[in-house]
Amino acid sequence: MSITEVGQQPTLSLRGITKRFGPLTANDDITVDIVPGRIHCLLGENGAGKSTLMNILFGLLEADEGEIRLGETSLKLTNPKQAMAAGIGMVHQHFMLIPVFTVAENMVLGHEPTRAGMLDLQSARRKVRELSARYKLDVDPDALVEDLPVGIQQRVEILKALANDATYLIFDEPTAVLTPQEIDELMLVMQSLRDEGRAIVFITHKLREVRAVADDITVIRRGKVVGQAEPGTSEGELATMMVGRSVSLKVGKTAADPGSERLVIDHLTVASESGAVAVDDLSLTVRGGEIVCIAGVQGNGQTELAEALLGTMTPVSGTVNLDGADITNARPARSIKAGLGYVPEDRHRDGFIGEFSIAENLVLDNLDGFTKFGSLQLKAIAENAIARIEEFDIRATSHTQSVNSLSGGNQQKVVLARELSRPLALLLASQPTRGVDVGAIEFLHKRIVGERDRGTAVLIISTELEEVESLADRIAVMYRGRIVGIVPPDTSRDVLGLMMAGVPHEDALATMKEATHE
Amino acid sequence: MSETRRPAWLQSTIITIASLLLAFLVSAIVMVAADAEVASKWAYFFSRPGDALSASWDKIAATFHAMWVGSVGSWGALTNTTREATPLICAGLGVAVAFRAGLFNIGAQGQAMVGALFAAFLGFTVKGLPIFIHLPLVILAGVLAGAIWGGIVGLLKARSGAHEVILTIMMNYIAGSILAYFMLQPAFQAPGRADPISPVLEWSATMPRIAGSSLHLGFLLALIAAAASWWLLERTKFGINLKAVGLNPNAAATAGASVSNITMITMALSGALAGLAGVMMVTAPESLTGSPPQMTGTIIGTLGFDAITVALLGRSRPLGVVFAGLLFGALKASRRTMVTMAGTPDKLTDLIQALVVLFVAAPAFVAWLLPFLKERKPKKKMTPEGLVAGA
Repeated sequence: MSITEVGQQPTLSLRGITKRFGPLTANDDITVDIVPGRIHCLLGENGAGKSTLMNILFGLLEADEGEIRLGETSLKLTNPKQAMAAGIGMVHQHFMLIPVFTVAENMVLGHEPTRAGMLDLQSARRKVRELSARYKLDVDPDALVEDLPVGIQQRVEILKALANDATYLIFDEPTAVLTPQEIDELMLVMQSLRDEGRAIVFITHKLREVRAVADDITVIRRGKVVGQAEPGTSEGELATMMVGRSVSLKVGKTAADPGSERLVIDHLTVASESGAVAVDDLSLTVRGGEIVCIAGVQGNGQTELAEALLGTMTPVSGTVNLDGADITNARPARSIKAGLGYVPEDRHRDGFIGEFSIAENLVLDNLDGFTKFGSLQLKAIAENAIARIEEFDIRATSHTQSVNSLSGGNQQKVVLARELSRPLALLLASQPTRGVDVGAIEFLHKRIVGERDRGTAVLIISTELEEVESLADRIAVMYRGRIVGIVPPDTSRDVLGLMMAGVPHEDALATMKEATHE
Repeated sequence: MSETRRPAWLQSTIITIASLLLAFLVSAIVMVAADAEVASKWAYFFSRPGDALSASWDKIAATFHAMWVGSVGSWGALTNTTREATPLICAGLGVAVAFRAGLFNIGAQGQAMVGALFAAFLGFTVKGLPIFIHLPLVILAGVLAGAIWGGIVGLLKARSGAHEVILTIMMNYIAGSILAYFMLQPAFQAPGRADPISPVLEWSATMPRIAGSSLHLGFLLALIAAAASWWLLERTKFGINLKAVGLNPNAAATAGASVSNITMITMALSGALAGLAGVMMVTAPESLTGSPPQMTGTIIGTLGFDAITVALLGRSRPLGVVFAGLLFGALKASRRTMVTMAGTPDKLTDLIQALVVLFVAAPAFVAWLLPFLKERKPKKKMTPEGLVAGA
């Protein structure tokens, strides 16, 4: 059954793991010990090789060199089934759940209980109730996964791993999609699983979280273990280990000098693709020379708001004005001409054409500016690319390289470089640093602040509070399509967290006051 | 990491050439197996292997020699090749341009039919115009008809989201029926004929040719169409947007391109090129008579489907389409000599064509058959960017 005594389980160790992809060494002689009863943080930038290592541990990839040992025995893991049999479970970054199935159906997927050849959903339901009671992870077995909030979906993933009674649990970037409160809950869950005697591997690049729960910290950079760190190590030191040089986590920015109103959103209502109200009678004004951040948990209408401003979605009612021009129903081409710079939330889907070269992507929304007599000016396009690559420090061997071959941070630099290379009235950036490493975040933030200082109105949509805090001149908290309140940037995380769950500013302040008085 | 990897175009060229060689190899085996006389010698292979081997060799050598003679062996043969290649290049370009925008135009067949119908009608009804007015008029009529036929599909797809494959297949049926209907109307029939055959086109509606050969103006027009397609795809804003829509419509829309407009225009353009191919079928002079064949209900043959083959083999690039069109043109041109000189059924050219498509469409299969072509890297999904970047 489950683990009964702490410390009985053997240590799972990765010894000298090396994995190469062609000329690139993703993991170089990595040795990590995963000890039951401890939370082990694997800290590293995007592309450092954390996921490769975990994919090897979960049997999705095979190492070129090195071995995996469970206590005294050597493990040969060539597929996830073997890994699961060895007691290894994984909570994936992108949930491996079928949205149209219920929780119970998802839980038993792959090893469905049957009775007389028929699917025995009754026993599946019972199992879900049992597990959720035992681990205090509350879920309704009959709820459809697609109807559940992301935090609950993650619980289902965790329960799935626990259903196999996994001793070694890998959490791959689990906090990316959660609210601060949900993150706190997840931390508690991880701690209670640890106290039960399980080993937790926690993959992340968020320093605050590491400091909150880690018992052991291993920092990986460019495929190599650069060192272990004590749980008490400061965020600055951890960041330095991760990036290999000292980075400033705060953007050095002067106080905003807001000018005239540039973007005026007035009673805007937008319906989502399924017809539900996504943006609900929202009004917001952004002045030139200030950064307004929209904070909120994913899925509260931010995507629809951004798409309505750009013009890929048409609002139901309300108006949008940019520098006095009505762009409410404008198609993207006209919004862009009116001075909108747009950094989409999902850059792979909306931001660039991966197969196109860097040079082509850098002019994608400004082709007219590089056309003469109907013919594209290849020389001018190349010169523009060389200048932007230099200016934005895009790490590429040539401007003819495809954007697909760049790292995430450099891809985002291409998108931002394109948008910032023409005069803007409004910079609208959704999740501008999602999946971007710490070093590049610093740079991107500086450029965004620089754009503000040129008098552009800047609207940032972000689910990462760190980012909101370091960039915003004003924070607008969004919940269920509405702005709950607009607060100054020094508002505490707890208050923001409550507001992100729909509590108005005053009530949130009052709640926090009570909490501190107790 | 790019230094050890072959550039994509080189790898695809290698695979394409390998596919061609494989197709010829397999067809050689079929040729031997299908020939009763040669096959009979294989029956006593173990007592006298020489007989079987030399007979097989003779058969293969004779067939390929006949192909050579029929397609490039003489000036006349060479011009027969260009004559056969002309409509293939035009329609192949049409399919290729649509491919680049992510549209699978199965409808080149129907578009070529309406193009041919309109061109031929103007070609034999309008009389007394000078060639420099009549011929452009005929070409324009065919191109416009094809553009409308393709454009309807583009419009329906852009407005209603209907799938272009289904739409073009249905439009092919409609075009085929329209063609059959009109060819039975007296206005379209040669005087005194009750069967679906049209009068001979006016000489002023015929592509001028170099005397005594089959090289006609149409081939030059096909090459110009290829050059124009290349320029459009590689050197214009529209071309960039077209390719962007084909590769990632979301990002294209975000960058300000109108996906629906590009879909409509591309389908019309694709139809126009297929319509031009239809024009070529009815205005290209035959080498003996010097006038084009009379319009019939079946004049388009399988042009629209061959065009898909040509576009596939040409990797949807205009220059590739020209080469692929010439290759299949050569195969078509050599049908007669294959039968007369080598006694090989002309169906073999169809087989070769089919095999080429099979191999070209399955590059992974070719790489598996010929492992030495493979690059020293794991499968595409396993590239370092794919896995490491996900961290």
